[in-house]
Amino acid sequence: MYPEVGQIALILALLLAVLLSVVPLAGSVTGRDQLQAFARPLSAGMFVFVALAFGILTHAFVTDDFSVAYVANNSNSMLPWYYKFSAVWGGHEGSLLLWILMLVGWTLAVAVFSRRLPAVMVSQVLAVLGMVTVGFLLFTIITSNPFDRTLPNVPADGADLNPLLQDFGLIVHPPMLYMGYVGFSVAFAFAIAALINGKLDAAWARWSRPWTTVAWSFLSLGIALGSWWAYYELGWGGWWFWDPVENASLLPWLSGTALMHSLAVTEKRGVFKSWTVLLAIVTFSLSLLGTFLVRSGVLTSVHAFASDPDRGTFLLVLLAITIVSSLTLYAFRAPVVHVRSRYGSLSREIFLLLNNVLLVAATLLVLVGTLYPLVLDYLEMGRLSIGEPFFSLTFSPLAIAAGLLLGAGIFSRWKKTDGGWLGRKLLWPLAISVVVTTAVLVGYGGFKPWAFGGVFASVWVSVATFWDIWDKSGSKKGRLHGLRRQSRSYYGMVLGHLGLAITMAGATVVSNYGIERDVRMSPGDTASAGGYQVTFTEIGNRRGKNFTAEYGRFEVSDDNGRVVSTLYPEKRQYMVQRNTMTEAGIDAGLFRDVFVAIGERVSDDAWAIRLQYKPLVRWLWLGSLFMAAGGFLAISDRRYRIRDKVSEAEPSVATQGDGTRRADPAGAVS
Amino acid sequence: MHPIRKKRLTIILFLLAGVSVAVGLTTYALRQNINLFYDPSQIAEGEAPVDVRIRAGGMVEEGSVIRDPESLRVEFKITDFTSSVLMEYTGILPDLFAEGQGVVAMGRLDSNGRFVADQVLAKHDENYMSPEVNEALEKAAGKRAAISDAQGEAAASY
Repeated sequence: MYPEVGQIALILALLLAVLLSVVPLAGSVTGRDQLQAFARPLSAGMFVFVALAFGILTHAFVTDDFSVAYVANNSNSMLPWYYKFSAVWGGHEGSLLLWILMLVGWTLAVAVFSRRLPAVMVSQVLAVLGMVTVGFLLFTIITSNPFDRTLPNVPADGADLNPLLQDFGLIVHPPMLYMGYVGFSVAFAFAIAALINGKLDAAWARWSRPWTTVAWSFLSLGIALGSWWAYYELGWGGWWFWDPVENASLLPWLSGTALMHSLAVTEKRGVFKSWTVLLAIVTFSLSLLGTFLVRSGVLTSVHAFASDPDRGTFLLVLLAITIVSSLTLYAFRAPVVHVRSRYGSLSREIFLLLNNVLLVAATLLVLVGTLYPLVLDYLEMGRLSIGEPFFSLTFSPLAIAAGLLLGAGIFSRWKKTDGGWLGRKLLWPLAISVVVTTAVLVGYGGFKPWAFGGVFASVWVSVATFWDIWDKSGSKKGRLHGLRRQSRSYYGMVLGHLGLAITMAGATVVSNYGIERDVRMSPGDTASAGGYQVTFTEIGNRRGKNFTAEYGRFEVSDDNGRVVSTLYPEKRQYMVQRNTMTEAGIDAGLFRDVFVAIGERVSDDAWAIRLQYKPLVRWLWLGSLFMAAGGFLAISDRRYRIRDKVSEAEPSVATQGDGTRRADPAGAVS
Repeated sequence: MHPIRKKRLTIILFLLAGVSVAVGLTTYALRQNINLFYDPSQIAEGEAPVDVRIRAGGMVEEGSVIRDPESLRVEFKITDFTSSVLMEYTGILPDLFAEGQGVVAMGRLDSNGRFVADQVLAKHDENYMSPEVNEALEKAAGKRAAISDAQGEAAASY
């Protein structure tokens, strides 16, 4: 009976969502407060019913209710309890329900944390979020109902969760990613609301910023988790494949990064308003596009579940409605916006503009590389694929350019920066970066142009960031006092930029200096990889809860013959789906990973073994942690909490009474 | 020019510059990095270019997998049940690689019509078949049916 309750809960949530998209909006147009007052209770109600439905589906998984088709297809009684829990979002229907849960969760959060916002704004923002919810609830109920029953022929046991997905990474990766994807709906809703009532002012930018930053932080974490999971679970040590599904998550991240920076300019200086609004619309549209690509079945990958064409069509229509209606609104309303501030041709504004140009260019080329094969295929003009070389060739120069620009931009000032001053300022960081980069490359054993570019960009960003901290923290009362005076959003920015530098360094070094060897080994053999000797000592069998495994024992020793670690890579055979999975053995370290994976058995006593030496591979994900932490730190800044009625007007430049230059909090996440 | 207009013009020029750089890079990179797909029949008929990185896919022919006893070199044939192509690969084959299963490989054709693969992909799970391979198989089956029909008619006319 529970599944039917879940079904009804979803329908009730849909009805509330319909009311939410109409009633408060009507109230805001006609000026009736009592209608607008419905916005918050409706948001809360929507959340309660979706959460109820999600809880019921989870209950069905935990209690092995195989009369629910979705449970029967994605679970099994032998599955450990924690995977039963994460299997809720292991398939199409459930992951969509998770998407919706996140959406109504964000809606509720807006309703709760918007006490200081004008009622008109709140009701419009919540109404827009309600509309998005209507679209996705309709999609779920019509095409992807998670509560469909298998009655009367209830299977004795379930078809099991895909073994690839039986992993800790999968428990956390989708929720994080969806928090990010869906979080951009809030920035979108704020943008639409601002367009509707024509108030694109600094206050609007200030309200949007924390939401955008949080969404971006979650998305950064989600992407990093996905990459980490691919690294150890797909078995072969790659961390980014430029697979269309990965690109789908990178697209909103890139444009979201641009949005975050352009919001900073809009809030601080009151310029780039139309551009910021457009970016908010684009970012959310790209989130929807990502959902479409992954969920419609146009792509075939780990992420694409068995699909039917109705779903794709429905999502495409949803995407089209969103883009067309918001761009139409934009076309009619955006020109109303006036630019008031001025800025020179060398200023922080210009640096941030260039940052946006680069990020948008990167977004475009990832978009082209992802959609081009799909479009050609759809037009029946041939099947082709665009792989890693295309993206490396086009993406790397843009990433390096963005890093170089960022290092210089850190020192720039709002309105006007003196070119000669900036040039002299950059001289020392430049010299330090060249020396450090050269040392790093020599340490890794060889000059490569791309490696130089990437490492230089990341060293450059770090040096400039620390230099800036030093400059800003100067104080008569001592360095510590100066450091304490900096705002949290400034430190958030510092962490974000250092995170970018760390990720870039990791990506560059591991792609240029990593070693990958496929060798044929029998027990007793030794092979080397990147200064480590790997000895294959034995092979054996073991039994897990729902799989059997053949494992190898490998001793990793360093140059001096000292054993550093012992690894047990496995080849697992899952009992229900009869799938073979490779579990790599990884000796993880801050500066390098040693990676061993067992391939197929090539003769009676020999196996194909992949050995890898991965310098700085952890930095890829460490950098993302820094970026996300930076985002969370930035939004905890007091300025987002105490600035309420006082200054909804245009912002003033941050100079304090005592004449010392305060850390520009608004330049913060720049 | 009015300073605001001037500013807007600068912004537009910046954007145009960015977009054209992106477009330039993209088309340049695209021209070099597109990998077209060919099925075994097309390769057998010589439609696929030699020494250009392409993709090829089909079913691994039963009994065709030969391993080198000393290294990780392996040879196998892929087929669409009309024609087959000899493939050579050195390295670790994916977990789901097996005789009678669909695979897609990236690599180059050498002048002897042998496909030297640098990457071999098998499907992700039991139920999934690469759309390219599926299409190739259907196409080949259609052709065979047409041929046998023609033969049948020829036989009937005797």
